[in-house]
Amino acid sequence: MKLAILVNEGPYTHQASDSAYQFTKAALAKGHEIFRVFFYHDGVNNATRLTTPPQDDRNIINRWSKLAEEHKLDMVVCVAAAQRRGIVDEGEAKRNGKDATNLAPGFRISGLGQLIEAGIQADRTVVFGD
Amino acid sequence: MLNIINKSPLDRNALQSCIDAATGGAILLIEDGVYAATRGSAFEAKLKAAQGTYKLFALGPDIDARGFGDRVMDGVTVVDYAGFVDLVTEHKTCQSWL
Amino acid sequence: MTTKKFMFVNRKAPYGTVYALESLEVVLIGAAFEQDVSLAFMDDGVYQLKKGHQTKGIEMKGFEKTYGALDDYDVNKLYVDEESLKARGLTADDLCVPVEVMSRAAIGKLMEEQDVLLSF
Repeated sequence: MKLAILVNEGPYTHQASDSAYQFTKAALAKGHEIFRVFFYHDGVNNATRLTTPPQDDRNIINRWSKLAEEHKLDMVVCVAAAQRRGIVDEGEAKRNGKDATNLAPGFRISGLGQLIEAGIQADRTVVFGD
Repeated sequence: MLNIINKSPLDRNALQSCIDAATGGAILLIEDGVYAATRGSAFEAKLKAAQGTYKLFALGPDIDARGFGDRVMDGVTVVDYAGFVDLVTEHKTCQSWL
Repeated sequence: MTTKKFMFVNRKAPYGTVYALESLEVVLIGAAFEQDVSLAFMDDGVYQLKKGHQTKGIEMKGFEKTYGALDDYDVNKLYVDEESLKARGLTADDLCVPVEVMSRAAIGKLMEEQDVLLSF
């Protein structure tokens, strides 16, 4: 089946991102296709490459980047939510006059239409949040 | 429908609202929601009563993380993440009661 | 383009958290994509529709008018849980838009008919 995943919370504060990651990994292991992982609300904070979590704990951002690379996942961060929370790629930095970017590998910033499209195209949409 | 609950019923009313909506299908408890599936809690009777309407499932890794592996109530099937995926594909839709 | 039934389930009050505001933004996009959009309000979600938001004092952008604008986007299926209203001392007259008040079991039945259920 084609699955769409929505992640509404950021790394570490809520378990949502962890649960979404484990679910996505399990779905891929079962041979399902992940149409898209969409990050909304504080979920966009899963896409900053500036975290330095303790060495003896999971690195949530890197783990998503690695999974995306291994399985060619489409991981989309909502542009409006990203702007509110300071997740920035080159395009956004130029457009909004920011002096830095912080988007982690494997993520791309795009509009909410990508979430609706995922809901339309996928067979199932699963939401992880608070 | 697959109903996903991720908060303890003594903390939030998501599970209660889900039970009241009485959609039938299944309830899957994940994250802090797994506390609802533990023996001896004040919510146990309500969850038992819901067994008539819903098949009950709880995510094993979340139960174990919280130290309740030996106290899951009868009537709740423990699943792993692969089982979670199966529940999603087996039901036409899923509602996460956030 | 395929049309699917999207239901947005709102269970949280406005302003204390961002979910009410940001979920409305998804609703508008869903409508722009010409999907069959409906909104369900349960538990503290019913507070979102209370008339008379005055947000000057908390210096936050008020979004009560956005509920009123939904109709312009052909989003007019707003379902409100009767029990949640009652528990909060509210009636349909207190709300800023026309809604259909129903039991939570009736909302549950509607949920069963959806293709995609989004919660925030």
